[in-house]
Amino acid sequence: MSNTITLETIDYVAILAKLDLTPEEKLQAQKDMSNMLDYIDKLNELDTTGVEPMSHVFQVTNVFREDVVANGDDSAAILGNAPASKQGMFQVPRTVE
Amino acid sequence: MMQESTLKYTAVELSELIKAGQVKVTEALDDVFAVIEKREGLLHCYVTLEKEKAYQQAEELQRKIDRGALVSPLAGVPFAVKDNLCTEGTPTTCSSKILENFVPTYSAEAVKRLQEAGAVIIGKTNMDEFAMGSTTETSYFGVTRNPYDTERVPGGSSGGSAAAVAAGECFAALGSDTGGSIRQPACFCGVTGMKPTYGTVSRYGLVAYGSSLDQIGPLAKDVRDCAAILEVIASHDPKDSTSIARKDTDFTKALGRDIKGMRIGIPRDFFELSQNGSGLDPEVAAAVRGAAGVLEERGAVVEEFDLSLVEYAIPTYYTIAAAEASSNLERFDGVKYGYRVPGHEELHQMYKKTRSQGFGSEVKRRIMLGSFVLSSGYYDAYYLKALRVKALIKKAFDQAFARFDCILGPVAPTTAPRLGESLSDPIRMYLGDIYTISVNLAGLPAISIPCGQDHNGLPIGVQLIGDCYCEKKLLAAAYQYEKSVN
Repeated sequence: MSNTITLETIDYVAILAKLDLTPEEKLQAQKDMSNMLDYIDKLNELDTTGVEPMSHVFQVTNVFREDVVANGDDSAAILGNAPASKQGMFQVPRTVE
Repeated sequence: MMQESTLKYTAVELSELIKAGQVKVTEALDDVFAVIEKREGLLHCYVTLEKEKAYQQAEELQRKIDRGALVSPLAGVPFAVKDNLCTEGTPTTCSSKILENFVPTYSAEAVKRLQEAGAVIIGKTNMDEFAMGSTTETSYFGVTRNPYDTERVPGGSSGGSAAAVAAGECFAALGSDTGGSIRQPACFCGVTGMKPTYGTVSRYGLVAYGSSLDQIGPLAKDVRDCAAILEVIASHDPKDSTSIARKDTDFTKALGRDIKGMRIGIPRDFFELSQNGSGLDPEVAAAVRGAAGVLEERGAVVEEFDLSLVEYAIPTYYTIAAAEASSNLERFDGVKYGYRVPGHEELHQMYKKTRSQGFGSEVKRRIMLGSFVLSSGYYDAYYLKALRVKALIKKAFDQAFARFDCILGPVAPTTAPRLGESLSDPIRMYLGDIYTISVNLAGLPAISIPCGQDHNGLPIGVQLIGDCYCEKKLLAAAYQYEKSVN
């Protein structure tokens, strides 16, 4: 039982993960992920036919509240953490030419 | 005449003396900062210390205490808080470069409750980056050392909190536990740590790692402190949709309770782990069995049984935790807070470069794994499979708790490893979490209490695991144990 993760797969996953890996990091990721998946494959020893996937241990339901503003205006303080801001907004590199 | 240090007192004892007017809040702070001055340079328990703010808070608290307006069991106690819990006006870094300069505009609900109870927050403790690790070695700010042997790790991910309590650099601390991150460092540093039932403490303001597994809890000097802290931080919070409205959070009431007839189960499979390579240290096994013997003398009925599925918990956990982490950590993109890669780039390049430079290698490893197991084509085979096995693990615990009040076992297979020993082989490090991880998958409460030392003088811990909402049984048993051995 062995998983071979190709470098193409690593490139694809890096796009999903929004990571820009160096060639060395890609090789390391290929090795790490193959090892981890080999290990995770142990779960296939168990027959889970008919078992419902359990995302939460308790029955959780959405918690709703009235759509009213409950907090004060923290915008200045919040923008204080922004790497760049302009006119009360987060500033990012140009996205539209 | 030189005053005797207040550090010999527990948090609850200290607060009693403060309220009785025998100790000033600033005297307790003086003692804590004297130790910090002496030991912090080597131990590195903290990412941020707030000495000035602590003394300002102390003045205010002292006035309130003096006029009788503050009577909580934690009034005036110097506390440390893990650096993944938001603290208004104080940096909260998660020990990551990507949040190095982040200063929250609000405090986590648990922190707020602690402050309302009169605790003095003196600083933010070091941790594995984004709580991903078992040694505190993945911190961007450098390792924390174990106060018992500074060549060894304090455990993790709440390693800074555990080491700070053990060293006397605070009286008690908050940590978070996703797969053992409170219990295992508490064990390695010889302190008491507790993870409550999922949903007991609001996660509002806790920087999320594995949201379905994360819980906040105390690291403290003894069982009574743990109970008192948990009582303060437990709450039903509309800001956390998984928070539970519990009426039985008067945890300190359980402390004096008799444990005669309490049924305690020891999973045989916890002691037969050689087949999967983790290997339970014989000294640890002996100390844990010794603790069971003490509880038996106190009237508990101890019995061995087969829990089953023990070796499937780790692959299940790492699949689920990595999946949730990859989703939770998407928010760190250099736009709203934290690090942004310098220079003008195209937007998508900015995201990728910011994240690649901002995250450390263990975090990237888990984000990659999580992105993979959630990707189309692999989602069913890995992610849903893990959620199905999780259901089986939960069922195994349900069956065990039909027979037993508590499950007793080790916290970790060994005592604290040497610095640098664990990170070279991630899977080996993950195997060390075998006794703690299934508790998070099943949402259960568990407590780690010191139960001896190995031949190197390193602390060993015993873990008591309860059914959901059964913290009081754990606290009663743990308290009886502690009283018997002290």
